[in-house]
Amino acid sequence: MDKTDEHLHSLASGHLKKSKSIKSVASPLAVLVSIVFIWWFVCNFGIFPSYALPSPEDVLKSFREEIIAGRLINDIVASLWRVAIGFFLSAGLAIPIGLWLGQHAASRRAFLPMLNFFRFLSPLAWIPFAILWFHIGDKPAIFLIFMAAFFPLVLAIMSVVANIPNIYFRVAHDYNYKGFELLTKVTFPAVLPQIIISLRVVYGIAWVVIVAAEMVGCQDGLGYGIWEARNGLRLDSAVCYMIVIGLLGMGIDRLLIQFTKLPSVRWGYER
Amino acid sequence: MKDNQLTTMLSLENVSHGYGELPVLKNLNLTVKPGEFVVLVGPSGCGKTTLLNLLSGYLKPQSGSVRRSGITRTVYQHDGLFPWLTVKENISMGLRLAEDKKHYENELRELIELINLQGFENHYPHQLSGGMRQRVELARVIAGDSDILLMDEPFSALDYQTRLRMRQELGRLLEKRPRTVVFVTHDIEEAVQLANRVLVLADRPSYISRELQITSMRPRNPTDYAVVEATKAILNEFGLQVTEK
Repeated sequence: MDKTDEHLHSLASGHLKKSKSIKSVASPLAVLVSIVFIWWFVCNFGIFPSYALPSPEDVLKSFREEIIAGRLINDIVASLWRVAIGFFLSAGLAIPIGLWLGQHAASRRAFLPMLNFFRFLSPLAWIPFAILWFHIGDKPAIFLIFMAAFFPLVLAIMSVVANIPNIYFRVAHDYNYKGFELLTKVTFPAVLPQIIISLRVVYGIAWVVIVAAEMVGCQDGLGYGIWEARNGLRLDSAVCYMIVIGLLGMGIDRLLIQFTKLPSVRWGYER
Repeated sequence: MKDNQLTTMLSLENVSHGYGELPVLKNLNLTVKPGEFVVLVGPSGCGKTTLLNLLSGYLKPQSGSVRRSGITRTVYQHDGLFPWLTVKENISMGLRLAEDKKHYENELRELIELINLQGFENHYPHQLSGGMRQRVELARVIAGDSDILLMDEPFSALDYQTRLRMRQELGRLLEKRPRTVVFVTHDIEEAVQLANRVLVLADRPSYISRELQITSMRPRNPTDYAVVEATKAILNEFGLQVTEK
């Protein structure tokens, strides 16, 4: 592309971006407002009894309560901490194992059925073991997050590594990349765009699992908060926790998306 | 940079190769002289790429021997650049073993000037056109201490005019930095325009059916007398030259 072409291109896309960003905020906002309105409408006209469906006002009130009591903030920190530890533990193990399995066809054949088996086993099936092995507190929840994230991540990384175009390794051979350097300068950057995508997907799984994991064996956290609300028949508080869980999940995903904007991984998304 | 190209050695002796039951090359002999530009031309599937893979050492021949000395690099049809590295970083792969830091920077700048990509140093391959990408590949293979260049249809994914320009570019680069080249193509005109020596490969199992020395001065135009005459000879060899009109 000519340089002036590129300049024009970026100018045009700049204009587009502006009008797009207004659109991209306006229509989701409209959907949100209508859903809240329908919710309010249903509550106000008594279609459901108020103990079965808390109204928006009740939820707002309980938000204020939870924040003033400091419980909500405490639960958010507890959950984020557990997910982060479980997520980093599984990524820290799954990435090197996936890289290794991806390069060794024989071991891949050996481990694939086992990895698939555990991937299809709901992490919640591990709850009895989690409690028996780790009692209560952070550990059982972290263990469950780990079990949820580890297997899909290993499988995803393994298969992208196995599918790296052979030409990269032939070129690497011409330029004397060997051993550890081959791994860090060729294999890893060749799969990094896909690793980032896999991490996003797996983070989504981990965040969903944390709610269930904290309903057993924990004394705080967002999942525990929902459980507590149920026990006290405070569905307004449950809804307020649900809103926080959804928003935090989206927010952290936005953070992970930022990694896909690194210049050295853009190629993986633009071909 | 090398000023002495006389040390390279590249030869095949009695090489045969095949895949399973399918013989591809049969009793092939080839000696490439240092600094020579040899082009192998033949139809698709005739074993040109296999031959190149044998020369590069990527494949071991079923029988016969391959002798090669000197740093060997290959240019592929496309996608040979590392997409996660910029133009500058890709070219600097060819200078990886250079120790002198100051010399290194100068060399890098010179290479980028040589392929006329000033201003694109920090672009990534996916932001460049096909022709620009192949120019970066050329700069990368001639960077540093390479001796032997193997080229596997490097221009065949480009449009015709870009291909003509790339031939000029390659000629110019090699004039500045002589290398021993083995170039594989199905494009007869390209072969004749670039080569010192053209080897025509006959169909499977391949053998060298014709050898042409082309002695006229380079750079050559596709319309030069010597080029046209050699093209005729090769077309004849393939049975594609119309004699009766």
